[in-house]
Amino acid sequence: MTTLEDTNDLIGRGNREGAALFREWFAELGQTAAAGGQAAYVFVMGSTNEILKTFDLPVVFPEITSLQTAVRRVAHELLDEAEDYGYSPDICGYVKADVAVQLRGGKHPMGQLPSPTISVLTNACNTYIKWGEIWERMYGTPMFTIDVPGTRQAGTQTFSGNSDFEADRRYVETQLGELISLCENVTGKSFDIDKFREVLGHANTMSRCWNRVLELNAARPALFNAVTDGTIFLGVANAFRGTEAGALYFERLVEELEYKAANNIGQTIEEKYRLLFVGVPCYPIFRRFNELFSEWGGTFVNSTYLWFASGGTNRGFQYDLADPLASLAEGMLLSVRDAMDSMFYQDVAVAEMAKDFNIDGVIYHPIKSCRTVSTGLADGRRQMTKDLDIPSLFIESDMMDRRVVSEAQMKNRIDAFFEGLATRRQHAAVATSGSQGR
Amino acid sequence: MTMTTIRVFDEWRDKSLEDALLECRDQVESPEFETVQRWRDAGGKVAGHFQVYFPEEIIHAAGMLPFKVRGAPVEPDRADSHFGSYLCSILKTSMELAMSGRVELDLFISHPICDAARNLAAIWGRNFDYPSQILYLPQNPNSAGSVEYLLHEYDRMRRVIEEVADCQITPSALANSITVFNTNRRLLRELYDIKRETPWLIAAEDAYALVSLAGMMPREEHNELLATLLPMIRERTNKAEDRVRIVFEGGFCEQPPFDLIRMLGRICYLVDDDFLIGLRWITQDVAVDGDPLRNLAEAYVEDSSYSSVQHDLRKPKETMLINRIRGAKADATILAAAKMCEPGLEEQVTYTHALDAEQIAYFVTEFEENMTSFDSLELQVETFVEHLLFA
Repeated sequence: MTTLEDTNDLIGRGNREGAALFREWFAELGQTAAAGGQAAYVFVMGSTNEILKTFDLPVVFPEITSLQTAVRRVAHELLDEAEDYGYSPDICGYVKADVAVQLRGGKHPMGQLPSPTISVLTNACNTYIKWGEIWERMYGTPMFTIDVPGTRQAGTQTFSGNSDFEADRRYVETQLGELISLCENVTGKSFDIDKFREVLGHANTMSRCWNRVLELNAARPALFNAVTDGTIFLGVANAFRGTEAGALYFERLVEELEYKAANNIGQTIEEKYRLLFVGVPCYPIFRRFNELFSEWGGTFVNSTYLWFASGGTNRGFQYDLADPLASLAEGMLLSVRDAMDSMFYQDVAVAEMAKDFNIDGVIYHPIKSCRTVSTGLADGRRQMTKDLDIPSLFIESDMMDRRVVSEAQMKNRIDAFFEGLATRRQHAAVATSGSQGR
Repeated sequence: MTMTTIRVFDEWRDKSLEDALLECRDQVESPEFETVQRWRDAGGKVAGHFQVYFPEEIIHAAGMLPFKVRGAPVEPDRADSHFGSYLCSILKTSMELAMSGRVELDLFISHPICDAARNLAAIWGRNFDYPSQILYLPQNPNSAGSVEYLLHEYDRMRRVIEEVADCQITPSALANSITVFNTNRRLLRELYDIKRETPWLIAAEDAYALVSLAGMMPREEHNELLATLLPMIRERTNKAEDRVRIVFEGGFCEQPPFDLIRMLGRICYLVDDDFLIGLRWITQDVAVDGDPLRNLAEAYVEDSSYSSVQHDLRKPKETMLINRIRGAKADATILAAAKMCEPGLEEQVTYTHALDAEQIAYFVTEFEENMTSFDSLELQVETFVEHLLFA
């Protein structure tokens, strides 16, 4: 039975432990750098942590280390340095912040990053490939692309047993085998299939729990903020994927959220409007961005970000430990494809979320830095309006570059959006009372 | 119906070389793509494939017209509201062509060349009733599984096209298409030989027009055009001028305005380039014997050019560019990128560092297909060229 003392410890535990793990991850990277140890550079969509952790390789997620520079409000210095080096103002801010960190010898506001011994990337974002080429040239270290074919046409996804799916799966499996050989060469270690199974087991726990975490937030009031709290959870989901610590964290997070759901415990604000977030957060003003909504009682109950930036592990795919490599190939194919779908076919993702989450509004946040996420948002919004008729707001800014973030303009538009929501609600109430009076 | 029964571009026939080239330029400069409309008017179906490369032989073998979707210098009045800011122009103008009815398609295909292009397939699919597909060309051509994978992907695409064309694509039809396209590839290589060896015989914009037409008319007809005009070009008696020899890099997707190419051609000899490189992607003849789809897949993986949007460990792009520059005996290169083109802009940095190391002169610029004023750019290019000649 949970006591009051336990409860005090339980509420907010996921955020506290997530922040602690995050510091632990950075500390490990710092120690690796200091010792001149090996490290793998990877990305959130298809990190292949399952293989890299089998080889005990510390992993650097440059998307995460870059966004941290924006949250810590130093990104602009790094962007300037990368632009001085030759990069255009119009390319991905994550890339430029990372280039500048590398040019500074790995010196990052949170510590020292090790240099890449190997980089592994998928095609979930094409910029991953261009980014990997930069390290390849900077360090002369191997870059391995895992090509994961995505959805060919809306609604035509295939699954296990279909010949098209099996062709894709074989291709991914071949590449994973080639990556294992490369890791053996780079680390000088033999591939340990038993350890691999252990890592996959932890990844299974994390995927299952991540799926449950997202599902639980359909509760009213919502248990966590999908943009702020969700970003902490995502950090652990990525950096600790396939580890015992990651699995334990997510089991405990589910415990916390199930307790909150059972006891109707929401967040610290009074929930008036339930919102979906589509896009990538505005990291240069991360906390303030959320306040612009929470001040009106708006809370983000789900987001496409929590889907695609977890590499599609939100679907909870479970690896078959009896056939680990083939199963990893299938899992990567399904999960990374799903991550891509929640960017390219985000209208479908929004429709799916809207079914269960009682949505009052959808916030689209396209950003200059990222064509992967942003290119289709205007059209997806049109489609969503046609299909679901949910009020929506479209605000463009950036995830890194404060030069294109105008808080005052943003506030005006957000305020107007909420005024519209309030009016809509009043009209609905009047219409309901009118019909009851007749 | 076969591809050879419909002719869509007769204006050049029975004319002097100068007048024939004028007709070619007029076709290419027009954003109306009349050749495509003529094809449709004659009852033909059209498959539009976005940049950079598509194995057009599969479309051709189904009796459809492969149309290279490359944007156009038009205002995206209808398409604009379907896109946000910070995007390249070609996405919007390509959609505009379809939304305005200038180009009517039966099938649209995009590729994972960049994140914007993959999104384009989804956007297109939400706005048109016909299929909008992505052909997932391998992004890891270094994997031992890439050819088998691509063979299956081409076969999947064959099935999609068969359904749209409402006909079966036989191996012999595919082999025939490969033969037609091999002829076209040979003729295009010959055109580029002329550009490299005797650039004074053909103006930059004329060479561009001849290449560009390949993506908007039946290949048999294009073969006739090249087979007729190339010998006439070789017979010209123009004298070589003391001009700087330049390679243009950055035209693999969005196309620079025709007038920009014309302007560059006035200042220097454009001895090589990557304009519409997808039409020249396969660098050798594709085998005709055996499984035609496998032959096409092997050609893509083994015998292809390079661009900023393909990663292949065997083809570091800066090495490939330097090879192109040296192969054309060029004095310098123009490193261009379409505005907001992420891969193009990123590659510029790699290129500049490599060219610095090799002490090869370069000029970095950006362009947009809708540009109409070139005065400032012309002055900059002239200054660059003068520097090369006299500094």
